[in-house]
Amino acid sequence: MIGELGHFALVLAFVVTTIQGVVPLLGAWRRNPAWMAVAVSAARAQFLLLGISYLCLTQVFVVSDFSFTYVAQNSNTALPLVYKVSAVWGAHEGSMLLWATILAGWGFAVATFSTSLPVVFRARVLGVMALVSVGFHLFMLLTSNPFERLIPAPLEGRDLNPLLQDPGMAAHPPLLYMGYVGLVVPFSFAVAALMEGRIDLAWTRWTRPWTTTAWAFLTAGIMLGSWWAYSELGWGGWWFWDPVENASFMPWLVATALIHSLAVTEQRGAFRAWTLLLAISGFSLSLLGAFLVRSGVLVSVHAFATDPARGVFILAFLTFVIGSALVLYAWRAARIAGGGDFEPCSRETFLLANNVLLVATSATVLLGTLYPLALDALGAGKISVGPPYFDSVFVPLMLPLAALLGFAPLSRWKRDGWRRLAEKLRVPLLVVLLMTLALALGTPASWAMAAGTGFALWVAAGVVLGLRDRLRHRHGASVRRALGRGFTGMTLAHLGAAVFIAGVTWTTGAGVETDVRLAPGESAELSGYSFRFDGVSDHLGPNYRALRGTLSVSRGGEPVAVLHPEKRTYISQAEPMTEAAVDAGFTRDLYVAMGEEAGGDGAWTLRLQYKPLVRWIWLGPLMMAIGGLLAASDRRYRRSHRLVRAAVAADDARVHA
Amino acid sequence: MRASMRNHGLRVLAFAAAVLAGASAPEAAVFEPRGFSTPEHEQRYHALIDELRCLVCQNQTIADSNADLATDLRREVYRMVEDGQSAEEIAGFMVARYGEFVLYRPTLGGRTLLLWIGPFVLAAAGLAVLVVHQRRRRQARPAPLDEAARERVRRIIEAGD
Repeated sequence: MIGELGHFALVLAFVVTTIQGVVPLLGAWRRNPAWMAVAVSAARAQFLLLGISYLCLTQVFVVSDFSFTYVAQNSNTALPLVYKVSAVWGAHEGSMLLWATILAGWGFAVATFSTSLPVVFRARVLGVMALVSVGFHLFMLLTSNPFERLIPAPLEGRDLNPLLQDPGMAAHPPLLYMGYVGLVVPFSFAVAALMEGRIDLAWTRWTRPWTTTAWAFLTAGIMLGSWWAYSELGWGGWWFWDPVENASFMPWLVATALIHSLAVTEQRGAFRAWTLLLAISGFSLSLLGAFLVRSGVLVSVHAFATDPARGVFILAFLTFVIGSALVLYAWRAARIAGGGDFEPCSRETFLLANNVLLVATSATVLLGTLYPLALDALGAGKISVGPPYFDSVFVPLMLPLAALLGFAPLSRWKRDGWRRLAEKLRVPLLVVLLMTLALALGTPASWAMAAGTGFALWVAAGVVLGLRDRLRHRHGASVRRALGRGFTGMTLAHLGAAVFIAGVTWTTGAGVETDVRLAPGESAELSGYSFRFDGVSDHLGPNYRALRGTLSVSRGGEPVAVLHPEKRTYISQAEPMTEAAVDAGFTRDLYVAMGEEAGGDGAWTLRLQYKPLVRWIWLGPLMMAIGGLLAASDRRYRRSHRLVRAAVAADDARVHA
Repeated sequence: MRASMRNHGLRVLAFAAAVLAGASAPEAAVFEPRGFSTPEHEQRYHALIDELRCLVCQNQTIADSNADLATDLRREVYRMVEDGQSAEEIAGFMVARYGEFVLYRPTLGGRTLLLWIGPFVLAAAGLAVLVVHQRRRRQARPAPLDEAARERVRRIIEAGD
């Protein structure tokens, strides 16, 4: 019954969203206020209905109603409650429902917080968002219905994939989808602006906090996914250049370019057409990612949906959405182009260079992901493009970006002098170079490590200089004013980039790993730590049995940690899973995973890893995400709301007249 | 990135002699105790198994997979490394047997040219467009007034007063 209610709500949501996608757009065209007003109430109704549908699906998971195919395949009565709730998005159908619900949530937010927008423009934005939503609703109803019944119902469910039974994985998809889907707001903004044929600076300002928020969620989502891979896959890696990871990384790179180019458009009126193109590309890459992941077109460890009908649907939908947006762009962009003038040495130029590098990197990831497919399709043979390729092309593209990041935020808008910048940067550059040299020559660190550290220091130095510039000659209350949330957010995010670079450099360059065979009582040494193996005992979890090892870690005789890696056998699976144990720390992680029993004396094979600064790899993106949210909540966006509202009232009066 | 992590790590703190080699998979880690005659052999072995694809798996290196084929290939790589063969020779042998598909680092050649130079061509082209665009804008901008014109304007303004 609950399931039917959810199904019904989904169908109703489809109908309401279809109305939302058609009537307001017609209304905007015919300048009919009543039709345009439909957008707001329809957006709210859509979110309400999808919310109901989503809660219904959660409910059938909580009560373990295995008469639903989706529940039977992805849950189990022994599954802990928190994983029953997160199992809703544990596989294809449910994650599409989560995707659609979040999309509706963004629509609801836009409808609620956009009272300052001109009525016509708001109607268009919400209409475009609905047209995107309709595609996903139809996709679910036609090919991926989570409410499909299974008769006769099995007594027990097949259980959630054990890899997904982890706190990181429980939170990863919602955050990632918030980001992925949130890019629909700048996309709809761009399409609506193209329909309008003009771009108002007030609208640019309006779209900025939305884009930054979506970007922050995307950053946090990717970070959590990486952390999950590290802690759950049992081998200590944190990024695999897997096609599914690439699918989230491409929109992130473009979204990063977009938040920077929006800054220029808002502040200086420049790059208008380019900003719109980025806004369209960002969400297009989100959709492309959905296609790559959902269609199973790429063979990947993540691909849990392999169904040609789904692939064809998404491909058609993708072509329609991206195609029509690009056609509209080609037709209208020339009208919108234009903007402020600037010199070669100016913050505008540097931000444009940032955009070029980020977009080229995104295109590179796309190239590497699709190249084997293209060759195969052309009959030119099969090749593999994996981490060694991506590492060797990604790093040379990112280093100039890091170099740019060190000084570009210190430059002036419109016109700056090379000499002024050089004078400002001379001392920090010298200090960073000396430290890099000292690191390379005075320590065991390799040149690559010293260089990576140098880039991190350079970015950090830029952040410190920026703060000093901002706070010069300021005291008391004026300091607080100078450190608005926009500036603080940017500073924090840029510092996060430095932290990330340092983390990657040190984990990659100075990490040590060793595989050992240890009998109870024996010890192994790694990077000055001693790991004593104290044997294995049986352990019973809620839905698994485990062999739990005990390792006492000490350093110079001082106890450091007691670690319990496990080999888990879930009731639903025959193969045992490796559950690594980690002693996490700000400066280093100690990571232990169990292999197999080796010999009759109770000995086991173990993998021991020492990973310096590995936490920084996630700390950096976390700082970026927090910085993004801070910047998005800057007061000028709220203030601008009030200003715009007055202007809008006049505009609306014209429409109603 | 794991490949380089292993290599650097082992080089930075020369730990290698006592270390046993192994490989793990997400489902069930497989560890194969192996001794190496030299640290270079061990390093070469790890670099190779991290760049060779397990052909029967879904997007995994032979280092990360516990499939039978991956286990066989690891044993094969180990044997060849200990025989003193170079990384190129071993990779060449694998390609001869399984095709280019086995390499996660595609070799530079006619059909992979675009793959390898594409990223840098893109970035360079982007920056070139940026420079050209800016030049053109500067030229399109009206030239600053010369001294005579300035003088004329000043006179007109003064006359207007």
